[in-house]
Amino acid sequence: MDSAKLEFLRGTLDVLILKALVWGPLHGYGITSLIRRQSDDALLVEEGTLYPALWRLESKGLLEAEWGLSENNRKAKFYRLTAAGRRQLRHEVKTWDAYATAVAKVLDATQPPLPEEIG
Amino acid sequence: MRSNHFWRRYDRLLGPDPASDVNDELRFHLEARIEDLIAQGWEPEAARQEAKRQFGDFRTVQQIGQRMGEKMERRKRFTERLSVLLQDLRYTFRTLARDRGFSIVSILILTLAIGANVAVFSVVNTLLLRPLPFPNAQQLIRIHDLDPKAAESSRPFSTDALQELQQRTRTFQQVTGYFGFSGPGNVKLIGKDQPRPLTGISVAGNFFPTLGVKPLLGRNFSAEEIVRNSRPVAILSYPFWKRQFAADPLIIGKVINLDGNPTTIVGVLPDTFDFGSVFSPGSKVDLFTPAIFADMEDWGNTMNLVGRLKPGVTLAQAQAEAASLFPQLHYNFKRPDMGVGYSADLSTLKDYVSGKLRRSLIVLWCAVGMILLIACVNLSSLLLARSAARSREFAIRTALGAGRARIIRQLLMESLLLSLAGAVLGLGLAYGILGWLSHQNSIALPLLSSLHIDSTALAWTLLVAIAASLLFSLMPGIRLATGSLQEALKEGGQATGEGKSHQRMRSVLVVCEVALACVLLVGAGLLLRSFLHVLDVDLGFQPSHSAAISVSYDDGGDPVKRGVILQQILQRVEQIPGVETAGISDNLPLTINRSWGIDAKGHAYRKHGVPDTFVYLVTPGYLRAMGMHLVQGRDIAWEDTDKKQAVVIVNETVARYLWPGEDPIGKIAIINGSSHGYAQVIGVVADVHETSAETAPGWQMYLSETAPQFGPVGAHLVIRTKLPPASLASSVMGVLREINPAQPAYQLVPIQTLVDRASSPRRFFVLLVAAFAGLGLLLAALGIYGVISYSVTRRTQEIGIRMALGATTGIVQRGVVLDTLRLTLAGIALGAAASLASARLITSLLFATSPWDATTYAGMIVALIAVALVSGYLPARRASRINPLIALRSQ
Repeated sequence: MDSAKLEFLRGTLDVLILKALVWGPLHGYGITSLIRRQSDDALLVEEGTLYPALWRLESKGLLEAEWGLSENNRKAKFYRLTAAGRRQLRHEVKTWDAYATAVAKVLDATQPPLPEEIG
Repeated sequence: MRSNHFWRRYDRLLGPDPASDVNDELRFHLEARIEDLIAQGWEPEAARQEAKRQFGDFRTVQQIGQRMGEKMERRKRFTERLSVLLQDLRYTFRTLARDRGFSIVSILILTLAIGANVAVFSVVNTLLLRPLPFPNAQQLIRIHDLDPKAAESSRPFSTDALQELQQRTRTFQQVTGYFGFSGPGNVKLIGKDQPRPLTGISVAGNFFPTLGVKPLLGRNFSAEEIVRNSRPVAILSYPFWKRQFAADPLIIGKVINLDGNPTTIVGVLPDTFDFGSVFSPGSKVDLFTPAIFADMEDWGNTMNLVGRLKPGVTLAQAQAEAASLFPQLHYNFKRPDMGVGYSADLSTLKDYVSGKLRRSLIVLWCAVGMILLIACVNLSSLLLARSAARSREFAIRTALGAGRARIIRQLLMESLLLSLAGAVLGLGLAYGILGWLSHQNSIALPLLSSLHIDSTALAWTLLVAIAASLLFSLMPGIRLATGSLQEALKEGGQATGEGKSHQRMRSVLVVCEVALACVLLVGAGLLLRSFLHVLDVDLGFQPSHSAAISVSYDDGGDPVKRGVILQQILQRVEQIPGVETAGISDNLPLTINRSWGIDAKGHAYRKHGVPDTFVYLVTPGYLRAMGMHLVQGRDIAWEDTDKKQAVVIVNETVARYLWPGEDPIGKIAIINGSSHGYAQVIGVVADVHETSAETAPGWQMYLSETAPQFGPVGAHLVIRTKLPPASLASSVMGVLREINPAQPAYQLVPIQTLVDRASSPRRFFVLLVAAFAGLGLLLAALGIYGVISYSVTRRTQEIGIRMALGATTGIVQRGVVLDTLRLTLAGIALGAAASLASARLITSLLFATSPWDATTYAGMIVALIAVALVSGYLPARRASRINPLIALRSQ
């Protein structure tokens, strides 16, 4: 499978960003590389969608931004989860799990469902 | 992430910059990517190309970022400001709560001032500013006929003239009219119980359509209902429908008995239409019946006309047409000998309703405006005193980093908060005042019943409140802005040096306040003097000790029987203990004025018809019962019933005009252009003010109610008694019921009530202006007291030293009182000058009083000085009780 072409489902990027920040504050570039490495290069986040998503999350109060210095001493904008962001992440993970389980159940089925009882 | 470097602190020294934030962030991303790529072995230039390629549409992301950044920045700034505002607000509340006395006094003063302003504004708005409650009300025109004899009085029209006008006019869409001589209780509602007196008005068939009034239920009169011998119908007013029929929705088509005639109800008018409030202030109309022109053509000039102009036609155009058309109108088609010719006088209905009140209302408006100014001056003075006491607080806050702007904002907020609290309470006050006013039937002012606080009044309230708060925080604000911080800290609240300019500022305020109060007092004084003069006018009759009641009797149209019945009524009533004398007249002065003509026999025929003369059909004894003064000749007797030649008593004005230099007794007069024949003059009475005490008496004549040639219109029994009329009511009613069991339950009304009613608008204005003047005086007294008391406190030490050096309490007291007097006199001088200069504004409202009336000015000066002395004496006494030892030790 060509990893670069793996499309993001709607809303998936948000939850990935939130999850990426669980380990501590990161700048935008750090987030892309974290997601890439953690998904074993399967997920490539496009910059054109990442930054607007970050700013949207920031304006919703799920993230907080602060200027700091990067590993190689450059000025970079670091994002950090807020309490609301953490709550949102827990909620999204739960929804995602439920969704994934349901989809998996359908996709993994080996026989048609039992006829429904009429009553 | 490493912690911030020192340079970050200065990075956004010039304020936030979302655009460069986005650029920095994105640039960092690109550079990090390039470094990674180089680390992976790319050539630097190729790495740069690759990084850019991977990023994609850099420009779009940048723009999105800038937009979002700006939005967030704005939101952040807003929340910051809001939190500062909330902080200020909390602080303001705390401060005001701490200084409870100050807050309560301020809010009270503002409540009175704003409440009075809102109430008066609502009256002005209803009467002057708002259009009349009719669609396209500006098209409605009141049409008068100018009486050539008396420029001020205006006459109604005959039904023939009305019909001719309807056909010939080109400027009016419609012309309509109502019968002008209906009085209260002119219709009897006959039901199971005693007959009930109602007030009904006959109106032309097109009356309601012309005004644009659509019935709430049912319909207007139809064409068949306004012809002779048609089925009697009526349209009910909304209040009557509610009161008498409990707002029965199925009332249409029901039949009620009016004066013995079964009358079908065809409509109910909407609540918004109040005939009385527009056309006849102070009266309530219960129902409307169609005016049957065919029956009324011989009744003379009975219709008051109202027209609706065609769209686009101006009043001047209509007046121009009327000037040529009206002189051609026929008085009575069947009797061309009665002459033709009316002279037109058109005015907008609005002007007719409230034009006369314009000046009074403007004066009233000025008066409340002054009250507001005085209140502002007072608060200004209070705030100044407070800000002096708080100068230390401000100094400390400034030292701790609060900007001067913030402190001034704080002060403004305090003022605004006080003002708004005053406005809310003031609205409540105004609501109460208006509610009371709108139910005052005894005040004959138009549109009173429609008084209420509308959105305009609410907007006005807000405006007044904000303007007031700006006004009264202006002085303290300026003072704070220009004051010196170090000074305040150094003075340390001892207030010794902070002084002079501050005290001068407050003195100026007090002088202004006294001047304003002075103008108010002069205005109120002049109006009061006028009112007293009006009360003093010799009305030509004595209203005290007289009372009147409407009488219903059934003579079957037989004048002889009528004489017997009336004579019987008077005999029986006069036997009631306490009744001195009694008489009957068809009309009473100061109510409805019916006019006929009178002329001396042998005089040349007057082209302009006969001069208008107020006519009263009376029984023997009426003149005495009213307390009128028979100058010459004799009273009417029961025997004066000659069919060919009646008898007449004229007033002095008529006698003087018709028989100048001659003895009128025995002369022959032509009554109503000979349609009622001749009458011999048997007496002359002193003039009676028949319209109001303030207008000169017109022509009057008194004919016998029992004479066969004059059909009576109604009967009012007048009794003269020293007892309170209420105590006689039941025995008089008993007599009337015995003679006529169908006598409705009319009230025995003291004649004084009629007089009071006629002067009620003037009394209303005098009362209000006097109340405002009193309020102004009170506020001024408070102001004087505040300033003097403050200066005594400030000078405690000085006074202490002077007393230690031998000054007596008398000298100290005198000093303080003299200070007070100096301020007051300055204010009086200023106020008197302003009053003299503005005398012209009030002249037209005065009656027999000069706008420069010396008594009024003297009274004002005495009142102000007395008040000033009282408010200066209290601090003076305190000053004289200062114990020098304590005063000096407090250093």
